[in-house]
Amino acid sequence: MNAGKPRKKSKWKSTISLDLMVLPALILTLIFAYIPMTGLAIAFKNYKPGLGFSGSKWVGLEHFEYLFSIPENVQIIWNTLIIAGLKMIAGLIVPFLFALLLNEIRKMAFKKTVQTIVYMPHFLSWVILGGILSDLLARDGGLINQVLVSVFGIQPIFFLGDGNWFRFVVVVSDVWKEFGFNTIVFLASLAGINPALYEAAEVDGAGRWQQTLAITMPAMLPITIVVGTLALGNVLNGGFDQIFNLYNALVFDKGDIIDTFVYRLGIVDGKFSFSTAVGLFKSVVSFVLIVSAYRISYKYANYRIF
Amino acid sequence: MYHKTKSYRIFTVFNYIFMIAISALCVIPLIHVLAVSFSGKSAANANLVGLWPVDFTLDAYTKTVANENFIRSIWVTLQRTVLGTAFSMGVVILAAYALSKENARFRRRNLYIWLLVFTMLFSGGLVPMYILIQKLHLMNSIWVLILPGAVSVWNIILLLNFFRAVPKEMEEAAFIDGAGHFRTLFSVYLPVSMPAIATLSLFTIVGHWNSWFDGLLYMTDHRNYPLATFLQSVIVQQDFSKVTVRPEDLENISQRTVKAAQIFIGMAPILIVYPFLQRFFVKGIVLGAVKE
Repeated sequence: MNAGKPRKKSKWKSTISLDLMVLPALILTLIFAYIPMTGLAIAFKNYKPGLGFSGSKWVGLEHFEYLFSIPENVQIIWNTLIIAGLKMIAGLIVPFLFALLLNEIRKMAFKKTVQTIVYMPHFLSWVILGGILSDLLARDGGLINQVLVSVFGIQPIFFLGDGNWFRFVVVVSDVWKEFGFNTIVFLASLAGINPALYEAAEVDGAGRWQQTLAITMPAMLPITIVVGTLALGNVLNGGFDQIFNLYNALVFDKGDIIDTFVYRLGIVDGKFSFSTAVGLFKSVVSFVLIVSAYRISYKYANYRIF
Repeated sequence: MYHKTKSYRIFTVFNYIFMIAISALCVIPLIHVLAVSFSGKSAANANLVGLWPVDFTLDAYTKTVANENFIRSIWVTLQRTVLGTAFSMGVVILAAYALSKENARFRRRNLYIWLLVFTMLFSGGLVPMYILIQKLHLMNSIWVLILPGAVSVWNIILLLNFFRAVPKEMEEAAFIDGAGHFRTLFSVYLPVSMPAIATLSLFTIVGHWNSWFDGLLYMTDHRNYPLATFLQSVIVQQDFSKVTVRPEDLENISQRTVKAAQIFIGMAPILIVYPFLQRFFVKGIVLGAVKE
């Protein structure tokens, strides 16, 4: 066909160097992501470190049956759903509303300052914030209880020692930490709205509130669907770092989530197989949720990750 | 103009007040900790400290810095942060460049990208990972803090999207001049992608600085604890059995002002780095998150 000049295979055409570039990432992924996946098999065995991986006996679905047969275990799943669900709802509404309000600020320097301040807690770890919160929320003399007692004259609240208050603290402090940072994506969406729409509405005599309802809200719908559905994939993630750094034995009944449970049982108590089964249950459900969420957001908001 | 209506003006006033209140809510806890850390021991224990130090003293800081374990944990953290960030960014940049090529030109790209993305969606979980680390004899090694988290698929995706925005003409010009892929990456892509790379590096640095759980899990010798893990065990868990302390240090460590000083030292580098980071990150995140 190309009898003329033989096509020289240039180094640009070759993908060997591209393959080489991906290689380090692939090797590390193989070792630290795919090999542990094969280790999930111990969820179906009675793993004894002494007997090793192949020496341990197969037990089928025994660990999974145990997971759903004990009320305490079901309580853990329930705790996770409640905490993650509340975080999801509050974590969607608060940044959304905050972005709308922030968008009304006309003084750029003020807006930038507010943004800088509210993004900041996102960058602090739950270890630091756990330390700060347990100091602020202490029943005896924590700053918040001091204010509550002196201003409202009520009894000091045992925020971190009472299960219901604990859940409240977990949700509120998570929103406090992340709402600013989560505003970014909404602000970007607001900035993308065509100003001509607002000008046209103004000519028609629409006030700011009417403009918000008729222009801003519909324009924000796609990104809200994306953020909401993607958050759905996290409905079994109550937030290990946060809970682990805030909880104590007093609130295990209301505050223990799947991840903290897996850690306490698997690593601390050495129940390797049962705790892996719990982890596998969570991984599978999360996987299904995330994949469905991506499909939904692709369908309704045309969102794709790459 | 709606800006001139009375109700919008009232709204604006309330909006500014609300913004100030919300901002205050975000900084007051930090200011309180700072105030406690600079206060005298008795004033702090008597709950007299609000947002301003009472009986100003640097006592808590001198005690913290005199703690050998604290200093050693800072050294571990510095090591992991420098090594870990360099290593991780190297792996991420190389992979992002290759994976930013179109499917037609790099057919295996699809396979590679799915292998990587799958790990974002599904994982072996805590216990299999723990057993693997034991089998690899990585317990107590600095590499256990660096290698498992080095491939950040999320960062690869952000960066590959950024690389795609680089004009094709620049790449073609490099190719005509005889450059291969490695040369093109280092001479063309890297210089124009500095804002993205700076953002991701800073995220990685913050990640390493804040990371505590891997230290708790894989460092059985507590002298290897990174700072965040050290802080976790003395501030949050208040479990001194895990950290070797002399009895005379025990009182100092559990003291409220010293804890506040430790918390503040733990977050100070982030507070210093953060304003520089903020300039870049909004663009980077939005680029990766919102697509038309």
